[in-house]
Amino acid sequence: MNLLRGLAVLILFQGIGEGISHIAGIPVPGPVIGMVLLFLALQFSHTETPAWLGRTGHSLIRWLSLMFLPACTGLFFLPDISRDQWLPIAGAIVLATLLTLLLAALLMQKLMPAEGERP
Amino acid sequence: MTERLASILLLALTFAAFAAALWLYRANRGRPTLQALMHPLVTGPLMVSAILVATHIDYDQYREANQLFFFLLGTTTVALAIPLHQQFHHISRLFRPLIITLIFGASFAVASALVIAWLLGGSIETLISLAPKSVTTPIALGLSEKIGGLPALTAGVVVFTGVVGAVLGPLIFRWLGITDDRIIGFVTGICAHGVGTTRAFEISARCGAFASLGLGMTGALTAFSLPWLVIFFLD
Repeated sequence: MNLLRGLAVLILFQGIGEGISHIAGIPVPGPVIGMVLLFLALQFSHTETPAWLGRTGHSLIRWLSLMFLPACTGLFFLPDISRDQWLPIAGAIVLATLLTLLLAALLMQKLMPAEGERP
Repeated sequence: MTERLASILLLALTFAAFAAALWLYRANRGRPTLQALMHPLVTGPLMVSAILVATHIDYDQYREANQLFFFLLGTTTVALAIPLHQQFHHISRLFRPLIITLIFGASFAVASALVIAWLLGGSIETLISLAPKSVTTPIALGLSEKIGGLPALTAGVVVFTGVVGAVLGPLIFRWLGITDDRIIGFVTGICAHGVGTTRAFEISARCGAFASLGLGMTGALTAFSLPWLVIFFLD
């Protein structure tokens, strides 16, 4: 019952987000708009997140890898990616991820107040 | 009737492959580098595609049978608002370091990937599909579709990015001498989204919390800025 209640709320926000994305014609995915709306609703409700909603949300997030398994399988069935695109794709991913990790970590370390210190 | 049966079997295939992939992942618990490479998002799709190829079933039919998961990806995106809300008090306390690192990390991830791919001879379609690479998959798929990339390629790019980030991240942090799990978590969340976040929860609860914060904030920031940027540059 709690799971159903949580799912109903999440799907409601998903639907509102899809509706806004469609009607307003803005290039932001509907579920993202739904996420922002739910976040704002939680922030401004001034009460604890209902336990049933929290539990449903966390179980969904826990099984995220299962949910994107079918989408990821599509990587092996790309008909129109030519061979010469694999080097730019792999190179960009490895090098860019490495650089971003390195620079973002250094930057954040510079900006962080020392552990235990109240900023 | 046989069509209905085929759909059910293809749906069951996803569950079976995921269960096997999860078992394989957990069996390698003691070997962090190997385990990161064995993430269910790497081995699961490999198993499914091997079976599809062996049985001569085309991907479209499999995709059609697994519509449920594509729908639930959207629902889970909405659910990301919950950890984001629960961790939000960190933002007001560490507002400056978090926001500056987020804006730098999220934009540098996209910009550096595009520049490197372009230098290596990537086509426009490749560049567009690469752009959402550091965003969590449910958001990236929706984005890629919206901005005219190939969602299937984007899905692969995102998974690959996550695995690279989750494998290289701990090595880089060790090399830099960074032990603060707030930094490790947040930066991993920005760069390696869901795969990195799973990894961060293994380090500590606080590390995982900061990773989901980074994942959620990067997703929101990129989702709201990238479509406009692509329209701006392509038109």
